[in-house]
Amino acid sequence: MSTHLVSDTRTLLGRSLRHILRSPDTIITTAITPIAMMLLFVYVFGAAIETGDGEYVNYLLPGILLMTIASGIAYTSYRLFLDLKGGIFERFLSMPIARSAALWGHVLTSLVANLMSVVLVVLVAVLMGFRSGAGVLAWLAVAGILVLFTLALTWLAVIAGLAAKSPDGAGGFAYPIIFLPFVSSAFVPTDGMPGPVRWFAENQPVTSIVDTLRSLFAEQPVGDDGWLALAWCTGLLVIAYGLATRVYRRRFA
Amino acid sequence: MERPATERQGAAAIHVAGVEKSFGDLQVLRGVDLDVAPGSIAALLGSNGAGKTTLIRILATLTRADAGTATVQGFDVATQPAEVRESFSLTGQFAAVDEILTGRENLVLVARLRHLPDPGAVADDLLARFSLTDAGGRRTATYSGGMRRRLDIAMSLIGDPPVIFLDEPTTGLDPQGRIEVWQAVRDLAASGTTVLLTTQYLDEAEELADRIAILHEGRIIVDGTLAELKQLLPPAKVEYVEKQPTLEEVFLALVGATPTDATDGTDATTDTAAGAEK
Repeated sequence: MSTHLVSDTRTLLGRSLRHILRSPDTIITTAITPIAMMLLFVYVFGAAIETGDGEYVNYLLPGILLMTIASGIAYTSYRLFLDLKGGIFERFLSMPIARSAALWGHVLTSLVANLMSVVLVVLVAVLMGFRSGAGVLAWLAVAGILVLFTLALTWLAVIAGLAAKSPDGAGGFAYPIIFLPFVSSAFVPTDGMPGPVRWFAENQPVTSIVDTLRSLFAEQPVGDDGWLALAWCTGLLVIAYGLATRVYRRRFA
Repeated sequence: MERPATERQGAAAIHVAGVEKSFGDLQVLRGVDLDVAPGSIAALLGSNGAGKTTLIRILATLTRADAGTATVQGFDVATQPAEVRESFSLTGQFAAVDEILTGRENLVLVARLRHLPDPGAVADDLLARFSLTDAGGRRTATYSGGMRRRLDIAMSLIGDPPVIFLDEPTTGLDPQGRIEVWQAVRDLAASGTTVLLTTQYLDEAEELADRIAILHEGRIIVDGTLAELKQLLPPAKVEYVEKQPTLEEVFLALVGATPTDATDGTDATTDTAAGAEK
């Protein structure tokens, strides 16, 4: 059966990608809120925010990218939920396919769709003055971290999609994640925050990931933040994947 | 692959023995026994919530039974699910087609997932067989209920599985759609496919099935041909029923008009005629 895992995943990935191509608005709506945030913070609040040297948009972009991914994965839950509800998921599972391919198709679709949204946001940021002297390796590292972050959140989205009772429930779980960057170093430095908030902001995953991306863009050494970011993403990915697989097995024994 | 048990003389294509299933405290199946002969159409009758869909889901390896055994083409659903999935196809209660894809893309998708060599040719052949060639390039969201169900059944035929489960294939269809589906089911059986269908429409079972099983409160309470089932009740008898005059007849008698003379005469005639037949 596992011999078909790759070909079945490719078939189902092709199917979901076709869905996205036929409603590209999901890519755009994923990118719209983060772009609006970016405009708001750069042109309205930016002047009042003290982040040291350099353009505020350079400071802001890493957090905005994480926000983009957090809002994009809601569509993965939603699409999975619709497949389950409509009965086509059971049709797939009743066929001689590799069973995990039904999930992997959605997971890889999420990766492709989110990367498209991320590219869109980066292009807008460039128009707004974002500049980076980062080399190919640094950009690859940025891409690698974003891919890992997307996969980790996508498997969380799979759990939500499998467990949801309504389409709103399927997408709603993403909201807290979308707002997590606000209580981090994504928009303002954590120095000015009151004690407990600052403690939370400095120890939640977004800060280490944002700081890593920022250092990579600014051609600065990444330091311990890089390992911490990697550990957060990998840890989250492993746990989310494990839980999703369990929920899946329990539902379709 | 192992030699399927059905190749032995007289073995059942679908064999269910003592299957039980509970959801929490709710005991849905309480020991179901059922055999379906190869190439026949069996109808599983039962009211809503009788457990028909649960039984189909167990046979389709989507749910595990708590107790008992079930085999499809001789393969055990619990221990040989992969072989079972090679042997059957499921058409669910709600036409499970992809609405965003076209009819042809739906068929190609299933053909790919069944790992067939030429998915495009398989799709075109089925579109022709189910009179969907013209609609093949349109998204299925634009299809009528009957067309969707036909496409749904066409998707089930890909790979020529020897057994097909149809879970309430005509629920929600208009009369024309029902007739289309019935014809498709008859064609299937004629080509040697074993069909197990669930339905809550008694006339559908009467119309299609070689054997009818009635699932009630978690057990098969009757299983036989239509003729055998009819013998369970006393033979047809002639009854004389006193016919009370309707208010309409009283009215017409009093005013002295005959139904044909009345202004709404046609209605009156049909009503009395219908009443007289009873």
